[in-house]
This record gives sequence, C-alpha cells and structure tokens, in this order.
Amino acid sequence: MVSAIAILRMPGLFTAAMISGIYSLVAAVVFLVMDAVDVAFTEAAVGAGVATILMLATLAHTGVRRSQPVPFSWIGLLVVLVAGAALVFATFDMPAFGEPLAPIHMHVAPRYLLESMAEIGVPNAVTSVLASYRGYDTMGEVTVIFTAGVGVLALLGRGRRAPTEDVKDS
Amino acid sequence: MGHHYVLRVVSALLIPVILLFALYVQFHGDFGPGGGFQAGVIFAAALVLNALVFGLENTKRVVSPSAVRIGAALGLLLYAGVGVATMLLGGDFLAYSVLAATAIGGQHLGILLVELGVGITVTSVMVSLFYNFAS
Repeated sequence: MVSAIAILRMPGLFTAAMISGIYSLVAAVVFLVMDAVDVAFTEAAVGAGVATILMLATLAHTGVRRSQPVPFSWIGLLVVLVAGAALVFATFDMPAFGEPLAPIHMHVAPRYLLESMAEIGVPNAVTSVLASYRGYDTMGEVTVIFTAGVGVLALLGRGRRAPTEDVKDS
Repeated sequence: MGHHYVLRVVSALLIPVILLFALYVQFHGDFGPGGGFQAGVIFAAALVLNALVFGLENTKRVVSPSAVRIGAALGLLLYAGVGVATMLLGGDFLAYSVLAATAIGGQHLGILLVELGVGITVTSVMVSLFYNFAS
C-alpha cells in the first residue's frame, strides 16, 4: 500500500517502475511467509524481474516523464472508497486464514490430499492437482499465455515481410 | 554496459546457476515446490539478465527470435499432444494413466511431459515479449 501511494506521488515514471518492482519483491516475501513457495517464485521472477524490465523497456521507447498531472476528481475518490468499503465488508464473511473447516477445504481437497499419493504417486500435491486433477485448467492457462504472446507479436513484432504494396488489380 | 566489470563478472557467474536452478525447479517439481510455470519464468529471467548485461544481439545469437516463436507454439502443442495421445491410447483427454504400463507410471510420464510443455511455452513467451519490447 505504501508503494502504491509512492507510485502515485512519483513524478518520474522510471522511479515508479522501480517501486512496482520493489512491491513485487515484498509480495513475494509475503507469499513465502504464507508457505506458498511456488507463487513466491513466480512473483519474484515475473513481478520483480521480467515485468519491471518490460516497463523500463517501454519507458525507453516512450520517455520517462508524465505528460501532465492527473486532475483530482471527487467522483473518482467516491467510487474508489465505495468499492474498497464493499470489498473490505465482503472479507468479513471469509473464513479465517488457515481455518480447517472452511468450505474450500471440505469439498474435493481432502480427496486430493489423501489419495494423491496412491492415485498419482507424486509427493508434491500442488503438482498433482495442477497437472493431473486440474489438467484442463492448466492447459487453458498455457493457452492464455500463448495467446498473450501471439497478441504482442501481432502488435509489436516486426514481420520479415516487406511492407505490403497496394493491390494493383482488384 | 561495456565497462561494468562487476556486473559482467557476477552475471557470468550467476547465469549458469540460474539456468541450472530453473531446470531443477522444472524436473524436481514432482517432489518439491515448483513446476513448469516457475521454471519457465526463472529460465526466461536468466536469458533476460544475459541480454541486459551482455547485449541483446549476443542473446539473440544464442536464442533466436524465431526459435522462441516456434517454442511458444511447441510447448502448447506438447501439452495438447499428450491429451490427444491419451485419447488415442483409449483414455480420456489428459487422463495420463494409460500412457505407461502402470497407472502411476503413466501419471508420472504425463505430468513430466505436460510440465515440460508449460515450461517451454512460458520461457518462449517471456523471452519473445522481452525481445519485442527491447528491440
């Protein structure tokens, strides 16, 4: 949160990009504290590493100064406050972190955890859920990443074709 | 970055270790934390670090832009191909148990191949994004 405000206050976009990298590093540490080592890996490598570098590369193309200060808007503040209050209110209904009787732990999770060793034979239950029980979902995620890459290639990639000439005879 | 000797020496020492660690995360994902996504981004981070310190053109000579474009499709194709292979062997789509003689062996082989596909696609897309933004 501190880094979010700092990003808003920074006049230079270069420092803003660096602070967003620091934010990702802090988030990675938080994930590590919550025992989500896989997510921490990804956050540190993508958020703090690759994403920051992509932002810096974009700044190298566009320039490091903001074009103009964003004007203050009461409607914007109101919308943000109402949406934030609704989200905070919704968290009161959530079970406490690590609560063993939470609904999410009562549905299919016991079967995944107890029988994964017999059914899949992989000690890491995260891997067996991700790759086997939820194989469709993971394939969808890979498809999303692939599509994103294709999209960037379509927008930014410099094709090897020469610039298309006007069609002479239609 | 021609004169940053400390950066160059430290990066030259670190990049092989990062690449090795990515392979460890990839193939040890069955036993410890990790898997294709994590290994892919770590591998890509090592390549991006290499490009930052030693120059984009040097990295492009090792991992060419067309290679990462093909790799992005190849990984997804490997993933979907495993699914098609399980169907051809008489199982459901992505039901790995039919891949080997025993169900457990089939699951191991299927997860290994699928995670490899994920890793190839993630690395390729990340490096390809970096190439496009940086050039």
